[in-house]
Amino acid sequence: MKNSNLLIIISFISIVACAQKHKSIVIAEDPTTIDYTTEVVVPKLDIPWGFVFLPDGALLITEKAGKLIHFKDGVKTNIDGLPEVYLRGQGGLMDIELHPNYSENGWLYITYSSSDGEGEGGNTALIRAQLIDTKLTSVERLYKAEPNSKRGQHFGSRIEFDNDGYLYFSIGDRGNRDVNPQDITRDCGKIYRINDDGSIPNNNPFLEFPGAKTAIYSYGHRNPQGMICHPDTGEIWVHEHGPRGGDEINRIKKGKNFGWPLISYGINYSGTSFTDDTYLPGMEQPLFYWVPSIAPSGMAYVTSDVYKDWKNNLLIGSLKFEYLERLVLDNNKVVKREKLLEGMGRVRNVRQGPDGYIYASLESIGILKIVPNKY
Amino acid sequence: MKLLSFVFLIIGIFLMMFFNSSYDTQYTSYKTLKSQSKELKESIKRGNTVYSDFCVSCHLPNGNGVNKIYPPLANSDYLEANRYASIKGLKFGLKGKIKVNGVEYNKYMPPMGLSAEEIADVMNYMNHSWGNTFGKIVTVVEVSAIK
Repeated sequence: MKNSNLLIIISFISIVACAQKHKSIVIAEDPTTIDYTTEVVVPKLDIPWGFVFLPDGALLITEKAGKLIHFKDGVKTNIDGLPEVYLRGQGGLMDIELHPNYSENGWLYITYSSSDGEGEGGNTALIRAQLIDTKLTSVERLYKAEPNSKRGQHFGSRIEFDNDGYLYFSIGDRGNRDVNPQDITRDCGKIYRINDDGSIPNNNPFLEFPGAKTAIYSYGHRNPQGMICHPDTGEIWVHEHGPRGGDEINRIKKGKNFGWPLISYGINYSGTSFTDDTYLPGMEQPLFYWVPSIAPSGMAYVTSDVYKDWKNNLLIGSLKFEYLERLVLDNNKVVKREKLLEGMGRVRNVRQGPDGYIYASLESIGILKIVPNKY
Repeated sequence: MKLLSFVFLIIGIFLMMFFNSSYDTQYTSYKTLKSQSKELKESIKRGNTVYSDFCVSCHLPNGNGVNKIYPPLANSDYLEANRYASIKGLKFGLKGKIKVNGVEYNKYMPPMGLSAEEIADVMNYMNHSWGNTFGKIVTVVEVSAIK
């Protein structure tokens, strides 16, 4: 008994003695009541990274391992015509998004890791394509980050359109934090903005900067895997993985530096510190940071009235703690966090469907629909 | 007398050859051991790099994982007893229920796209880190043979 007390004290001291930064201001609570049930809409998926709803009610789902699945009326069909996916570490087939005018032009946008180009390894690429029957056609590659790398980390990637029709996508720092994120002449650790055909908008921030990658819209990011266009303001919001602690929600602003790795609320996995700074002039502060990390993946902004208290909330998947986090915002500040779907599996992505219901994709399970109890 | 010394000489030569050869054998096996341990050492070193690139974010630097979510590798009875299944899991992914140190895990570990050499290296790293001393060196040939 004495020994175990001593052990507790020692471990407490060693935890405190490790480089510690401030914990999140708001902690995640268990819900007081669970007033919803879940329904498996698409069963048996391994790592359903991204999914979209087609106008005819079908779903298109990306499996990380490199499969694009069409799902309708209980039938899964594999879609052919994907470019070769470089499967390594966190890389694979990633996000999928529809053009805002999809029903007219049929353009689909997909991010994946690709070994195209020079050098061993791979890096994140973006394509657009059209779906005809069970095949992708008119495949056009719009972006490919360089250089290739054999590192397994931080490919990003999420895709989102804003209200003006610009396309945003994210690429993580590719595990090269001291080289990539702060250098705008290099890819990786960035949010990119392009036109829907892959051309560079003529008002992008770094057009005049010598040697800059002109698709870059903001920099100093670690690994953003959640992105939304705010329904009221049209602003792009992302969240990104921190290391040990220091996941963040960021409001993206043109040409801004979000600080990774010069400022961070996190520490190394090993417990050592890599920066003492959480604030530096000229660098953006997050809207919210998580300490400890939840490993955020996927993000949705609830606009529907289907759920009693959820309107205008953010929903964000947690890979690490296996729940869906509901964040209540007040004047762009997080005032409450609640755990949904706890203990069901790693939540990879979440979306509000055209029917106003929330759909979440969970690893080893599939896609769930959250059905509220009557209120 | 001449004959006797000739016989001694012959015996002496035989003895020398015998000792020499046995010395050689001993020396060779010592050399093999030494080069294998050197090989293992180098493989472990490379495996450390693979581990910090592909494994550490879930299984953590101390190999303890996260209880009920990511199984431990440090002092893991599963890793010790399931060499074949562990290599296969690294190669093709690991799905379904496994029991590690008395705790059940039922998650999907996807394949990381590692080469046979990287798998051998990271296996050697895991088998000989955090106090683990599990089995002999894992080789590229062994990894490549698992389909």
